[in-house]
Amino acid sequence: MSDQDLFERFKRRAVEVLSVEDGQVKLEAKFADDLDADSLDLVEFVMALEEEFDINVEEQELEGVDTIGQAFELVKSKI
Amino acid sequence: MSTPRTVLVTGGNRGIGLATAKQFAAQGHRVAITYRSEAPADSEGLFAVRCDVTDAQQIDDAFAQIDKELGPVEIVVSNAGITRDGLVLRMKDDDFTDVLDANLTAGFRVARRAVKGMMKGRWGRIIFVSSIVGAAGQAGQANYAASKAGLVGLARSLAKEFASRNITVNIVAPGPIATDMLDALPEERRQAMAEAVPLGRLGSPDEVAGVICFLASDAAAFVTGAVIPVDGGMAMGI
Repeated sequence: MSDQDLFERFKRRAVEVLSVEDGQVKLEAKFADDLDADSLDLVEFVMALEEEFDINVEEQELEGVDTIGQAFELVKSKI
Repeated sequence: MSTPRTVLVTGGNRGIGLATAKQFAAQGHRVAITYRSEAPADSEGLFAVRCDVTDAQQIDDAFAQIDKELGPVEIVVSNAGITRDGLVLRMKDDDFTDVLDANLTAGFRVARRAVKGMMKGRWGRIIFVSSIVGAAGQAGQANYAASKAGLVGLARSLAKEFASRNITVNIVAPGPIATDMLDALPEERRQAMAEAVPLGRLGSPDEVAGVICFLASDAAAFVTGAVIPVDGGMAMGI
């Protein structure tokens, strides 16, 4: 599956869980500042990604993941 | 009449749990109960699932079954609990940790599993059944009282974590209630308890169920993190 397709699926989940517009889900977008996502939103988002891509994300791996791009890299590294 | 919801009452096979399950069912909700060993004598209208709340896997399985049968759980009454009374000097480590595990840690496990579905639905009600001895203490019940007091800290933290998702978390603190748990005590003890209650009697499981049902209702939408005693005035001010 291409990066493009992967990102489409990733974006769909983001739009669904974080209640944002498709256009807002840019690689540089920061969860807190740009997407208004609180810590609970992030937990929900991670759970949705785990479900979508059949991966497992440990609590510590989320440290330093502040942007959409960083989250996407994390997902890619697990597939 | 509130929207019918899917309700789970842990330890709903007898006592306060069963009374609560029946009241919810009478109000038109879809009610599931868990029991550890003895299935309820009369479970008409209730979906009974065997589940030991000290086992996270069994909790997961129970929720999966209920989800399939009645839909995602929207109201949880964490009521399952045990006593293992004894004076502190005679209390072994197991007597303390087992009670903590069944009464407090189990509450945490059940709530953790429940909020997943509630978060998605942006609506939820969690009610923990604590006890007045949690705040007042009780000789011979250091383990039970500790576990019941712990539920308050747990509930209030959950209330704050999940408030943004329209999930309220509250606690009822029953005083002496006429159930099997109290039947285990000698008559003179029960008499003494009744006399210590300003209203002069033991409470009934239905009276506790009434408050639990209120907390789960639309009428209590602005109540969260509250500890509501149902104790005939026994521990007022504590």
